[in-house]
This record gives sequence, C-alpha cells and structure tokens, in this order.
Amino acid sequence: MTALRKMLPSWLTAYAVLYIGFLYLPVIFLPIFSINTAATPKFPLSGYTLKWYRDLATTPALTDAAWNSLMVAVSASLLATMFGICAARAITRYRFPARRSINGLLMAPLVLPEIIIAVSMLLVMLQLGLNLSLITVVFGHVLICIPYSLSVLTSGFEGFDRSLEEASADLGESPFGTFRRVTLPMVAPAIISSLLVSFTISLDEFIMAFFLTGTDATLPVYIWGQLRFAAKLPGVLALGTLLLIASVILLTIAEIVRRRASRRTQNMGGLIA
Amino acid sequence: MTVPAETIVAMPPERGRKRNWLQSESATGLGLISPTLIYALIFLVVPILLVIANSFWTQHYLVVDRTFTLENYRIAVTDPIYRDLLMRSLWISLLVSFFTVVLAYPIAFFISFHGGRHKGLWLFLITIPFWTSYLLRVMSWKVILGYNGVLNATLMGLGITDQPSDAFLYNTSAVVITLTHAWATFAVLPIFVSLEKIDRTLIEAATDLGDGPVRRFLRITLPLSAPGIISAVLIVMIPTVGDFVTPKLVGGKDGVMIANAIQAQFGKAANWPLGAALSVTTMAVVTAIAAAVVLTIRTAARRIR
Amino acid sequence: MPERTMIEISRVTRSYGAFKALDETSLSIREGEFFSLLGPSGCGKTTLLRMIAGFDTPTSGTISVDGQPMDGIPANRRPTNMVFQSYAIFPHLNVEQNVSYGLKRLRLNPSEEQRRVEEALAQVSLGGLGKRGATELSGGQRQRVALARALVMRPKVLLLDEPLSALDKKLREQMQVELRRLQQAVGITFILVTHDQYEALAMSDRIAVMFGGRIAQVATPKEIYQRPTNCQVADFLGGMNFVKANIVEENGSTITLDTPVFGRVKTDKPVAFARNGNAATLGIRPERLRVLWDDATDKHEVAGKVVDRHYFGEITHLVIEIPGFEKPLSVTETNNFGADDIPVGAPIRLAYDPDALVALAD
Repeated sequence: MTALRKMLPSWLTAYAVLYIGFLYLPVIFLPIFSINTAATPKFPLSGYTLKWYRDLATTPALTDAAWNSLMVAVSASLLATMFGICAARAITRYRFPARRSINGLLMAPLVLPEIIIAVSMLLVMLQLGLNLSLITVVFGHVLICIPYSLSVLTSGFEGFDRSLEEASADLGESPFGTFRRVTLPMVAPAIISSLLVSFTISLDEFIMAFFLTGTDATLPVYIWGQLRFAAKLPGVLALGTLLLIASVILLTIAEIVRRRASRRTQNMGGLIA
Repeated sequence: MTVPAETIVAMPPERGRKRNWLQSESATGLGLISPTLIYALIFLVVPILLVIANSFWTQHYLVVDRTFTLENYRIAVTDPIYRDLLMRSLWISLLVSFFTVVLAYPIAFFISFHGGRHKGLWLFLITIPFWTSYLLRVMSWKVILGYNGVLNATLMGLGITDQPSDAFLYNTSAVVITLTHAWATFAVLPIFVSLEKIDRTLIEAATDLGDGPVRRFLRITLPLSAPGIISAVLIVMIPTVGDFVTPKLVGGKDGVMIANAIQAQFGKAANWPLGAALSVTTMAVVTAIAAAVVLTIRTAARRIR
Repeated sequence: MPERTMIEISRVTRSYGAFKALDETSLSIREGEFFSLLGPSGCGKTTLLRMIAGFDTPTSGTISVDGQPMDGIPANRRPTNMVFQSYAIFPHLNVEQNVSYGLKRLRLNPSEEQRRVEEALAQVSLGGLGKRGATELSGGQRQRVALARALVMRPKVLLLDEPLSALDKKLREQMQVELRRLQQAVGITFILVTHDQYEALAMSDRIAVMFGGRIAQVATPKEIYQRPTNCQVADFLGGMNFVKANIVEENGSTITLDTPVFGRVKTDKPVAFARNGNAATLGIRPERLRVLWDDATDKHEVAGKVVDRHYFGEITHLVIEIPGFEKPLSVTETNNFGADDIPVGAPIRLAYDPDALVALAD
C-alpha cells in the first residue's frame, strides 16, 4: 500500500504531462505550418518563410474582417461587463426572490447548444425585420459573454468583505464616495478580467457571428470562408497564429490582474469558481 | 416595562409596509439585476419561445402559415434522415462527455491534491488551448488526422505503417476526438472545483478509520466530487449536440450531426418551422438524456458506502 | 466622572419576522464611560451595537446620541465610529491611507491631516508604520490600525465589536490593558461588545449582561460579579455554587432565606428580584469558600467529604459533598498550603463568609 501511495503522484504527473501534450497538440501546429513554405500543411517541413504573414497585411477583406472583429469585441465586452457588474453585485450583495433562478437563467447560454441560441436570435431579428449586421452580432456576443463575465465578477465580488463598505460609511463617507473609494478599487481587477475574457470570447466566436452577421464578416467568419480553398490554408494558419498570440497575451494579463486581486481579497476564484 | 402593546404600533401598517418594501433588500437587488435580466429575457427567453412557436407553423416559400400543426415534429421524429442524425448526435455527445470526463478527472485530481503551490499555473495551462479559436483548433485536427497529416507522417516515420491511411479523418471517431479535445477544459474546471471543496480532514478521517488510498478514494473523494462530475457532464453533453463546425470539417458523411441539418433548414433549405422543430426536439431529447445521466451518477454516488 | 448621558436607548425592539433579536430594550450610557455589552452569541448585543452605529434600524424605539435622536440618520453622518470584528482594514490602502480615510472628507489642510494621523498612530503604538501595506500587518497590528482609524475621527462614541476575539490569549490580555488605558487617555465613551466575561470585568466601568434580546442586569463589574440578580447572570460570569432555598421574609431592600446547611441567611435583595413563589436560590462563589486546615475553626463552617479534585497550576478545584445539599460544592483554593495534596475521599471542613452569600431570582 505504501508503495502505491508513493507511486500514485508520479503516475499522475506523467499522465498530467501527457494530457497537457494532448491539449496543446493541435495548438502547436498552427505556428509551425504558418512559417512553412509548402502550401499544404504536411511533414516533412519544406522550409522557413514569413510570406504568409506578409500576404495577410495586403488582403483588404482580411483587414476589414479584423477591424470588424475588433469593433464587435470591444462593444460586446463593454456591454457584457456592464450587465455582469449589475447582476454580480445584486447576486453577491442582496437577497431577493428568485435570486438563484435568475442566476441560472443568466448562466444558461453556457449549457445551451450555441446553434440553438444563434438560430433563435436569428428568427427574432428577422421577424422583427431587423437588418443583420455587426450590431446583431454584438447582441449575440453579449448574451454568450454574460455567463463568463458574471462568474468572473461574482467570484471577484464575493471575496469582498461587506464590513469594508460599512467601515467606510462609519468613517463618514457617502454611498457614492464609498463606491468610488472602496468598492471600485477593490473590484477593478475583476472588472478588467471580465473585459478581457469577454473580449477574447467575442474575438474567437464563430457560430453566433456566422448566423447573425449580414454582409460584414468577422475574423472567424472570414476564416470559415477561406477554409474551402486549400490554397488559402497557410494564410489562415498565419492569421490563426496571430489570433492565438493575441488571446494568450490578453488572458495572461487577465490572469495576472486576477491573481493580484485575489491575493488582496484572499479569495481564490476567477473562471474556476 | 409594562407598556400596553397598542401604544407602540403608531405607524399605519399599510404605508409602513410599502415604504419598507421599496427600501428592502429584495427591491434593491431586483432593481440592480433587472437590466441584465431584461436583456436575457429579450435575447434568450423570447427567441426560444419564438422558436417553439415557429415549430408549430408551416412555411410556404416566403409566407409563414401560422395555423397550429404538428407536421414538423412528425417529420423531425419519423423521417429516417433526421432520426438517424439525432441518434448519431446523441451517441456522439454521450461518447464525448464520457471521454472528456474520464480523461479530465485524473487531471483535476492531480491538480487539486498534488498541485501544491502551482495549482494556479496548472489551471492556466489547461485553459489556454480552450481560448484559441475553436475553428482553428478543428482545422488543426484536420491537419493532424488527414491523409498527408502529422499522424500518418509520424506512423510512417516510425516504420509502423508504410503508406498513409485515410482511416483517421472524415468519420465519427475524428469527430469524437476533436470534440473531446475541444471540451476538455470545461470538464476539468468543475471537477477541480468540487475536489477543492472536499474537506481534507474527511480523507484523513477515512485513513484513520482504516481505509487505504484506493478505498478512501472510492468511498470519500469520488462520491463527494459527484456534483463536479455532474456539471462537467451537463456542460459538455448539451452543447456538443449542437455543434456543426466539427462534423462539417472533420466528420465526412459519417460524422454529420443534427446541427448540420438545423443549419441547413435556416440556410439553404430555408424551412424555418422544420428547423425550429428539429431544434426543439434536439433540446428536449438531449435534456432528457442528460437528466438520466445525472440521475444515474447521483444514484451511483449514493450507492457507495 | 461626568454624569451626562451620551447614549439613550429607549424601548428599542429589532425583529426579523417572528424572531426578536432585541426586545423592548432601554439603556443609558454616560459620557466618558467604558461600557460593555456582555452575553452569549445571539443575545442581541451585536444587533444593538450595529443599531447605534446605524447599520441596522430599530423596528421600534429610539436611539439618541448626545441628546440627538438618530432616527433616519445614516451611518456616515453619525458621531460614532466602529472597530469591526474583522477589523475591515481596506486592503488596497496602506496604514496611513487607512487611518486618514475618514479625514479626507473633512478637507483639512495636509499638515493638519498628517499631524492627526501621526497622533492617532502614536496613540496605538504604531508610529513609523504608516507606509506599511495593509496586507503586511499581523493580527494585533490590524487591530491597532482599526482603532487608530476610528479614533482619528474624534467620535463621541467608539463602538468595539468583539475587537479582541481574533487575537491569541497573551496578546488579548495585553490589548485589554492598553484599550482601557487608551480610553482613559482620550476620555471618549467606549462601548464594547464581548462574550468574554473576564474581558468585560477587566475593562469596563459598567457592564450590561444580555440574554435572549433582553438586558438582565446593568452594573459595575464588581457588583455584577458579586451581586448578580439571577442565576443566569451569576452562571455566565463564572463559577457559582447554587443552593436551593426558601424565602422566609422579604422586606424592602433585604431578604431572608432558609437553607439546609447555611441556615437562615439575611442578605441584600437584588434590584430586579422577581419573586417566583416561595423558592429562591442562594449562591456563593467557589473562591469565597476556604479550607479549614487541622484544628482551625471558624464561626461559619460546613463539613463534608472531598469527592473530586482538579489541578490548575496555581489553584486546585475541589468538589465537596456536604450532607444535606443536593449538589456538591465547588471550592477553589490556592496551592500555597497544599490544597493539591488533599486526597479524594478525605473529610474536610470549609469556612464561608456570610456576606458572600447572595440571593438569586430563579
């Protein structure tokens, strides 16, 4: 038994390393083939080039799509975070009827097939006679970002000791002053974290954008269009690599901010809670 | 201290109650959450109700006939094409949730019990691949599993096979592998959270009472982490049914799923009511199956003594 | 001590649905007094404190501070400041910024503000730690910052919600002395909420003992310990031997009880003595019973047999069966004369001081 007890962690560690390998396997091929000279991604590699990256900059459809995605992601992350702040504050601070069911409803997009959300929103937009555009994409993205924003913010707000606000009031500060001087600085990391996470989700989201956009493509919609053409594949891989780097940078910032905050409020959380 | 009770109640009860409610926690909380709630009602609840309504209507080219009919459901349930697609989708989503959970559990266990100071780092490592574009991850699997792909190249390089095989791509297993990879993070996190919540002294108590590592895992850790397993199953299984990118890119004709049919009804085929009926049926069936799975896990967890 | 009233609580009730956290409570607290609210958890002491601070509103009744009714006045406009149980030190600010938090509202000139912050930090012996981050402080230091942050506001009343409960025993005892000294130095009315009877006894000018949302007794520490009104108060404040008794005569401020072994005892009647038939209880603290060694005799003595013995270092706790008493008596005796060597089963005689016998309402 003692032998098993000693061996267990090492077996587990080996498994963990393998599992991480499995998770990263598809991710590492993006950058590898994006600097390969051959037009079809296959081994052995034929040579090193940055040609595919240079081509990206001179494709107007792509730069347009990138710009569209940026606009959508900025709007969606701002809106989702605003909605998230209201909801997270209400849920962590007040008891009110149907609190749990409302929370469940707001988290529902996380466990509903995305295609069904997309299709139902599409139906509403069309039956209301709304033109599909980037604005309808933003509506869709806000809806699916809310669960993530809400969970980041809720865990950020939960570590917040209510007596801190009472202490502020006790020292003569008005409700607004308390919000500005105590609440906001304390929850700022969670808010930044929520903005970054929502931004990343919106940037990468395909299904909602595919159904809800009009003639303007976002980056993933553009990529989808390119996937049909084998010749465009290296360009897509180059673009994917850039997106990957952008996502990793944003999420690393979000993680650092969140950790600094959790050290402050002695609360472990984030997306995990 | 013998003041008659009636002198104390000076405030008219009616007015008092109203003012109290407006200042109460309930009112403040509801007021604060209402913008978000209204948004979710407009863009989630109303659309889904509309889909349900649509599923009972009929479409003649561009005109929608709003007389109530169950015809769409009859087609959705009895037409062999849709029935097979739905069955296959459910089967795939069951396989995917099984594999994701089984593969994720040891990782979640490892991080929670042996992660030490690096728990945060491990979790971060697990989440990174999830944040990369879903489309591109599916693409990557295509590159790995394809005829000229990485897997074939590796197998030949190692001398295991002497010519590339086309057995890896464009079939159900390709879909299962890709989806299992795509949802890994969603399975690890809830299981990790439930493992973290387990009071470590419970495990010490089990040891103290004579349980070895295997038995205390089966009797304490596993049942107490059942809530995490349940949310992992739910969070993986239900959305997986609705995926149409993976089947389209790596599924071939064997891997087509119900979502591809739904997409077609809202796209080229342009039969919204039928698409709506397919959506509703899918949701209903997957919810029922998920509920059955959850119930099974719960019962199993309770059986262990 | 000036006799001006600082806090007047009149017939305050706080109910949560059917549950009354505080029931028709009245109390007045004098200016410059160190006042403790003592009781077990759930007795309503914290509710009362939070209502004085303005974080909770009475369902009925009025609280006045310095003659001014506090109805409808929010916490941030009350002349009271609080030391929170969790200390509620703002984690994103350093020590100095925490202490000057409330002063910022007053728009003092910077040098005056700085002077007051330094003065407050010096008062709590934290001089020189102003730039320290809030998360780098020990428990004791956090407690001092919370104290300085409240004192710097020069409140009329300082409210302390179990401020010492998170500290270890030694530090707690040290802080009791310091808090008491600080209160005397600044002369502000302190109201302390605690469940620790020794803390209340050691620090307070007066104590209110609370049970189940009501005040059972308000008195000085000595009086509350030596002359508790009822069995509940007597028991909460420390060990007490209870002896069943019959009321023989009740007469103005005195009462005469008849007991099995102590005989007829005439004693002061508790202020709020509520007669409940003919039965009452006579109490005596274990340390007021004294072991009679060898041939020593006393005018007031009882004889019995040692049935149990517990050693506590400087004292020994003896349990003695007395013929005629339902329950054995507890005696605490210093170990200077060898009380720790008295064998279980030995016959023993005890002397008592009749003045230490108190009549208690049941």
